[in-house]
Amino acid sequence: MTTGTPPILEIRGLRKKFHDVEILRGIDLLVLPQELVFVIGPSGAGKSTLLRCCNRLEEPSAGSVQVGGVDITARSTDINAMRRQIGMVFQSFNLYPHMTALRNVTLALVKVLRKPRAEAERLGMAALDRVGLANKARSYPGELSGGQQQRVAIARALALEPKVMLFDEPTSALDPELVGSVLNVMRELKRGGMTMLVVSHEMRFARDAADRVIFMDHGLIVEEGPPQRIFSTPSEARTRAFIAELGR
Amino acid sequence: MEAIIQQFFNLAIMERALPLILSGLKQTILICVLVIPLGLAGGLACAILSLSRLRIARWAAVAGIDFFRAIPPLVLLIFIYAGLPFAGLRPSPMTAVAIAFFLNTSSYYGEIYRAGIESVGQGQWDAARSTGLRGYQTLAYIVLPQAVRNVLPDLVSNTVEVVKLTSIASVVALPELLYSADMARSVTFNSSPIVLAAAIYLVMLWPIVRLISRLERRVAA
Amino acid sequence: MAMEAWSRFLDTFFNLDVIERYFPAIMKGVVVTIEIAAAVVVTGTLLGLVLAIVRTFRLIPMNALIVVFVDMFRALPPLVLVLLVYFGLPNIGINLPSFAVLWLVLALVLAAFAEEIFWAGILSIPKGQWEAARSTGLGFLGTLAYVVLPQAIRLTVPPLTNRTIAITKNTALGTVIGVGEILNQATTAQSFSGNATPLMMGAIAYMILFIPVVVFGRLLETRFAWRRV
Repeated sequence: MTTGTPPILEIRGLRKKFHDVEILRGIDLLVLPQELVFVIGPSGAGKSTLLRCCNRLEEPSAGSVQVGGVDITARSTDINAMRRQIGMVFQSFNLYPHMTALRNVTLALVKVLRKPRAEAERLGMAALDRVGLANKARSYPGELSGGQQQRVAIARALALEPKVMLFDEPTSALDPELVGSVLNVMRELKRGGMTMLVVSHEMRFARDAADRVIFMDHGLIVEEGPPQRIFSTPSEARTRAFIAELGR
Repeated sequence: MEAIIQQFFNLAIMERALPLILSGLKQTILICVLVIPLGLAGGLACAILSLSRLRIARWAAVAGIDFFRAIPPLVLLIFIYAGLPFAGLRPSPMTAVAIAFFLNTSSYYGEIYRAGIESVGQGQWDAARSTGLRGYQTLAYIVLPQAVRNVLPDLVSNTVEVVKLTSIASVVALPELLYSADMARSVTFNSSPIVLAAAIYLVMLWPIVRLISRLERRVAA
Repeated sequence: MAMEAWSRFLDTFFNLDVIERYFPAIMKGVVVTIEIAAAVVVTGTLLGLVLAIVRTFRLIPMNALIVVFVDMFRALPPLVLVLLVYFGLPNIGINLPSFAVLWLVLALVLAAFAEEIFWAGILSIPKGQWEAARSTGLGFLGTLAYVVLPQAIRLTVPPLTNRTIAITKNTALGTVIGVGEILNQATTAQSFSGNATPLMMGAIAYMILFIPVVVFGRLLETRFAWRRV
């Protein structure tokens, strides 16, 4: 990380209110190119909401989110054009159950990027190949294991060649023995230089893959730093309590 | 027993009534071909409107659906057929039937589509929107295909109701299946023509009713 | 010009004199509609429930009869049945008053749909519920009455409500055979007065009767929405 590199994702003063409850209370966060930033914190801290504001699945109440220098919260921004540059992977996969794995991956290539079908399928197969599932291209989501479904979901986001990928608890819905396959794919992405913002409880993975760990609580960033420091010598009491709780 | 056969299953009378009844069947099919696609399209429009972000559009869609579900279709039909002439409009029986049935069936189909769309989880919208698909694209490629599959038994079942509904067009003298059969009955003083019409409805609809029972059980399982 | 058209419209569809003159007739129609609807709902639902219970005994010839009955009454338009019964029965020596014909036909139609809905509800109760109840020593009928039906009927409330609304609206078919319900009163008044106001009154009467029921049905569906998940 060299200073002076412009960040890919730049969040400034982000607030989000649902009715009267303020879920995000002023978040500032920079994510640099090729960085893997891990977000941890107790449930209800606002982690998912933070991610969902980054591609405007939730409309921020205040503040700005810039992706590659473009303010996605501005009215003039074509949010659909921006969204394909921001890949998102969900806890519950959200694959389209009525489409094959390949069609799941190619749909946005055809309908958003207007690629011809043949080229879309070539790109889709390449994306499936990167997650090790080229052989499942013709399978429907219902025929795949949870881990395989999540890898198809990663391929779906990956095929659009996003600038940054958001992972919202990507392994929480998986059986323990299937978690590894998804984390391996994420490791590969990291090696390939993908910028990633990850909400997850996989601390082992955070330790050896994350560049930076953010601890959030009650809608605020409590502290941040390299994983070694956050996990072994956190400076805030709340962080310490949370990590002790996880370690048990 | 003899009297029952004479009165309800008189083959000679049925044979004489057959040409009239078949021409009635043609009209019934014509109404169906007109009203079912119109209703399916109108219902979809209602359902999409009821999902709108604009509160007033949502409110109008739900109010319209409830209004036309509350009013008996025969009342609507007579209101249009006998009421509009007072306002200077003289709809033909077919026009009155088309308008009344369109309003009635759209509201029913609309309610079914709405339930179907709601049965598709928010996650599907999130996933599709996160890849840059627009709202209408998400609806068309992701949500509607799943919604229709989820409520297919209800859609088919409502279509059976529409076919049955066509029989009330007889009240405004549109010469459809039941009207023709009833005309034959009043001429012959014998109910066999109506039994014949009933048999035709059964032949058309029984297989579909069976199919619905199967579909419903599969969805429930 | 616009004023004139407006007053003509009011005169044709909301004529106060006509409203005053035919209000009692329409109200009489409302009472008849409510009476028939209530009779249809009670008898039809009960008969449907009884048929569904009989079906759980799984006596093959009996069940075949029930299925044939249910399918026929689901497939035939009610107006066909009304005409068949109303004009057919007198010729073989059975004379029923027209309101009885309407009640009989609609109750049978509702029974057919209700049986199907109750039966689907009973089938949707997992086998484990039967086994658990039987293992505690409850008999077949006890299991049905205390364990299965209470759960099954809960599931059937929303679809049954909607179906019941649809069928009770068919009381309007009574006008074809001269039952003095709302629509009949309204069309009679319309032809006597030469004015469309009675039709409007009839339509409004139906709204007042049925909109609350439709809204209630919608609420039920939302409350029971977990069923669809």
